[in-house]
Amino acid sequence: MKPVPLSRIDVAVRQTVPVAMTLALAVLGAVPFRVPALAAIVPALPLVAVCYWTLHRPELMPAAAAFAVGLLIDLLSGAPLGVNAGVLVLVHLAISTQTRFFASRSFAIVWVAVSVVIGLALALAWLLACLYHATLIDPTALLFEALFTAGCLPLLWWLMRQCQSLVPSRA
Amino acid sequence: LNDALKTLGDWLLYAALFLAAAAAMLLGKADTVIVERLRAHTAAFVAPVLDTLSRPFDTAADGADRLHDFLALADQNAHLRHERERLVQWQAVAERLADENAQLRLLLKVAPEPGARYLAARVIADTGGVFARSLILNAGTASGVQPGHIVVSSEGLVGRIAGAAAGVSRVVLVTDLNSRVPVAVGDERVRAILAGNNTDRPTLIHLDADAAVATGDRVVTSGVTGAFPPGLPVGVVVAADDHRIAVAPFFESSRLEFVRVIDHGMRVPSAAMMTAVPPLPPLPPAPEESLEPAASEAPAAGSAGGP
Repeated sequence: MKPVPLSRIDVAVRQTVPVAMTLALAVLGAVPFRVPALAAIVPALPLVAVCYWTLHRPELMPAAAAFAVGLLIDLLSGAPLGVNAGVLVLVHLAISTQTRFFASRSFAIVWVAVSVVIGLALALAWLLACLYHATLIDPTALLFEALFTAGCLPLLWWLMRQCQSLVPSRA
Repeated sequence: LNDALKTLGDWLLYAALFLAAAAAMLLGKADTVIVERLRAHTAAFVAPVLDTLSRPFDTAADGADRLHDFLALADQNAHLRHERERLVQWQAVAERLADENAQLRLLLKVAPEPGARYLAARVIADTGGVFARSLILNAGTASGVQPGHIVVSSEGLVGRIAGAAAGVSRVVLVTDLNSRVPVAVGDERVRAILAGNNTDRPTLIHLDADAAVATGDRVVTSGVTGAFPPGLPVGVVVAADDHRIAVAPFFESSRLEFVRVIDHGMRVPSAAMMTAVPPLPPLPPAPEESLEPAASEAPAAGSAGGP
């Protein structure tokens, strides 16, 4: 057996950053911040992360990883199992079929477009949860969550752009 | 051709993942026991991370509380002195009532209620939101916590344990959509069910048509069905009109740092519990420091859970 050069291990570890970071954001969403009313509208950061990495390192954020992240969110949060998993896969599909649209746009347009995708994703999750429980759930908190997420998006986008230079693509 | 195959493969993968998500939803509907167990084990897996991450926020919140207390020292002192005078009077009343109660119970030969056991636990995750209202605690089956146990704070009822793994357990709050608590409202003790709706204001359902419920009425558990011990404070009615009676629970989930888990010793599962929870095994012999009889533990844990 030939020894594996350190540089290859280094690359392999760096390539796990997109998925690891998204999973970490999913866990972070459950941390009690002790700020009144924040828990109900904590921004959907994993959703933003899935969008970002699907656009910029698609080969390192496969659809199955998006599914796994969604399943983790469902299991931790007590949401109906499968709702976030399905929605994140759909977001992955939507973003990965539109990479050409996003490629040459200014950040402002990307911001608006991704915010719309996230808003639709949260609305779909809400619809699925309503169907699952066969009752109408008050969506007020979700509206604030969507706005909050859109507000946090530039900061998170910038942070992930900083990380991106550390993550070699698999080409 | 290669590209076409690759695209086809991608689409098949998406289809498989959507099917898996749909299957997960069906599983969640069909077998809540398995799903709760899965949730508990997932929580146990990430518990060390959550436990570590939650501590700085606890410390910051404690620091803010302390600073606030310090700034309001004089006011608070006057308030507490006033309250103490009032409570001393109440203590006399309570002692007299307890004596009287004990004598009446003896007279009527009331069966003694099974002794409850308490355990203090730290909140390591707070997942309130549109989809669910739950907490994760850092105590689980290893310290005797089982599904069906009751969770209270120093303010009142918080929720019920839905699932437990070795070191963690998941609490479904009374505000959660799946929560149903039999309650008694006001001085008339009007029977109702407190139904969560994933907002901060659960509502009362299944009231008698002529039941008189008004804003400001206290809501306590009624103990009907045995899933909850009777008399636990739950909240207060904040809005009552023809369509909807909203209740504000006494606890505030963002302020919960420590809670108490109660094994109230009743083994009469409600219909909902029977489908959701396997029969409760008896508690293992309690380790000295974790589970103790109610009498000795209550004041200590009360102060730990206090604001």
